[in-house]
Amino acid sequence: MTAAIEAVAVGKRFGRTWALQESTLTVPAGRVVGLVGSNGAGKSTLLNLAVGLLQPTNGQITVLGARPGRNAGQLAKVGFLAQDIPLYGSLSVGDHLRLGARLNPKWDATAAEQRIARVGLDRSQRAAGLSGGQRAQLALAVAMGKRPQLLILDEPVASLDPLARREFLADLMELAADGLSIALSSHILADVERVCDHLIVLAAGRVRLAGDVEDLLAAHKLLIGARRDANRLPADMTVIQESHTDRQSTLLVHTTQPVLDPSWTVSDVGLEDLVLAYMAAPSAVATSTIAQAVAPTLRSVG
Amino acid sequence: MIEFRIDASTGVSPYRQLVHQVRQALLLGVLREGDRLPTVKEVVAKVAINPNTVLKAYRELEFEGLAEGRPGVGTFVTRSIADSSLSAHATLRKDLSGWLARARRAGLDDDSIAALFESTFRSRVNEGVA
Repeated sequence: MTAAIEAVAVGKRFGRTWALQESTLTVPAGRVVGLVGSNGAGKSTLLNLAVGLLQPTNGQITVLGARPGRNAGQLAKVGFLAQDIPLYGSLSVGDHLRLGARLNPKWDATAAEQRIARVGLDRSQRAAGLSGGQRAQLALAVAMGKRPQLLILDEPVASLDPLARREFLADLMELAADGLSIALSSHILADVERVCDHLIVLAAGRVRLAGDVEDLLAAHKLLIGARRDANRLPADMTVIQESHTDRQSTLLVHTTQPVLDPSWTVSDVGLEDLVLAYMAAPSAVATSTIAQAVAPTLRSVG
Repeated sequence: MIEFRIDASTGVSPYRQLVHQVRQALLLGVLREGDRLPTVKEVVAKVAINPNTVLKAYRELEFEGLAEGRPGVGTFVTRSIADSSLSAHATLRKDLSGWLARARRAGLDDDSIAALFESTFRSRVNEGVA
């Protein structure tokens, strides 16, 4: 199956600053991808490249098998909700739907109308008077009127109250159940853990970690034991994060092998701890090409 | 029909929570053989989790022989695990309520009660008695 998003050594420079560098990743179709990282890590840049609003400085990005934004056909395949949910304040809910119908060659009026009716939006109300949750729902209705194969959302729930956030995510998951591919960025790791089955961690413009959540969690372990030097570990283990007291060592390691050393207490790593460990990894560390499937070589030991 | 809930604060993965809730419902007789489980879409619309999480939980239940997917129709409970022991629940529950009341009178708080139960349960399991 064609990948939803495929990036090969993609970089994007603004003036002298590289917002994104050497980013290589493959997101299979049908996934809900969570894009996480600190502010300025390159999340919005990557999403805007995937939509076609930005062009890469170097490298190549393909979305659903073609260059983003190349032509009307390609544009129609991708729905996008930008960070601040831009709507036309003076236009009504109904106007937005009419606008969607005019601007999109393959507009599905029924899908958009049903969505509006379901969330109880008044067609005559101006967008400026809508609540945060209603704005997000209107934007989603317009995006879904395009019948996209991939929906890209840049921090869709950041401005929503907890209830609106949950409802919005539930709606997204219903769309995912119908086979829509979704890529979203978020700072709320609890949401990412709930709704995403594929994860991309960005830090300082580089991909630190990318893969299916299940595989990533299975390939990392937390080791706790008497204090020791992390350099004396089996060769198949890579230390992602380490902390030591005078008696105890705590290591977050990447390994595909079972940990047999009985002096370690081994536990699974939660998604939040995993993400934070990779976000905190020193920026001098280069991401290797295996980031795709597993983890960067932060520090080879053994 | 069973209604799922997901508690993000437990640290238990959503997939395990779903499997556990079905097993629990079977044990308590809330779900019986032949009952239909909610569709993937119904579950995700309710609790806002990834559809693959639900699929994975249902596959696990199928693997355990507790449920069966019928293409185009849904996933159905194929086996009750309650039958023989369900009748004993009422008495056991009464005993447990009495024990809880005694524990409270003795000054144990919720955490102490949970810890005591947990450690007793574990030591019994280790002795191979439970």
